Amino acid sequence: MARMKFICDAERCIECNGCVTACKAEHDVPWGVNRRRVVTMNDGQPGERSISVACMHCSDAPCMAVCPVDCFYRTDEGVVLHDKDICIGCGYCSYACPFGAPQFPANGTFGLRGKMDKCTFCAGGPEASGSQAENEKYGRNRLAEGKLPACAEMCSTKALLGGDGDVVADIFRTRVLTRGKGSEVWGWGTAYGRPAQGTAPSTQEGTKS
Amino acid sequence: MMLRTTTLLVSALVLGLAACADAEQTAKAAYKKSDTPAWQGAANPYGVADWKPSDQAAWEQQLRRRAAGQDEYSRVN
Repeated sequence: MARMKFICDAERCIECNGCVTACKAEHDVPWGVNRRRVVTMNDGQPGERSISVACMHCSDAPCMAVCPVDCFYRTDEGVVLHDKDICIGCGYCSYACPFGAPQFPANGTFGLRGKMDKCTFCAGGPEASGSQAENEKYGRNRLAEGKLPACAEMCSTKALLGGDGDVVADIFRTRVLTRGKGSEVWGWGTAYGRPAQGTAPSTQEGTKS
Repeated sequence: MMLRTTTLLVSALVLGLAACADAEQTAKAAYKKSDTPAWQGAANPYGVADWKPSDQAAWEQQLRRRAAGQDEYSRVN
């Protein structure tokens, strides 16, 4: 099996935050911790784009490289996980990660920083798969249930894809080849179909190119 | 006398270079739990029905099928 990967299609993401909500609900993620979030570029401007961001489960993960207590490990499927029993909550991984994936629960008057929490690709942690202990620390282990991450499976526009890297890449390639690029992506023709080659353009009222 | 001086110098050089050796500085976790492979299944009743835990090939096939289900072109057409 190839490595597990996420990809977010910025042409499709409508910033509904369904992925964020799905993740929060599935894993009972505490207030203030966002394993996944939607980032919008050029907000309110022409060409605005949104993208859903979480841990990208890097092949050469900088968080793993900088962790002073070596609490990270990688599964056979390429999912980067960590052991909260070893984590000391120092925050080095947070500075190293280019995606801002590591999150730290804070509470109390002085914002006491807890152990790091991040996207697990719905693969839980080192405790027994599907156990109560794993659920309390890392959330649900959907991979061990034969399912894919909740965020990707819940995405209404299928902007966020997750799973075997080969399958995800095939889906994205087919999509891009089908819809074209640039201005071809948008417009009436893309949404409702283009006139067949060689036929006269429709004069129906409301028809646009 | 000459031989003794040479031996002393060589010994000092060897000892000195040995002192330059750097200790291993790679951080190693004192204790790290090994994770159970996902294909062995979850200890709860929420697993997908058409896949049998502990069968790695079936698990991989199940996940590929599930991932392919994200392609609405193949689902709709």
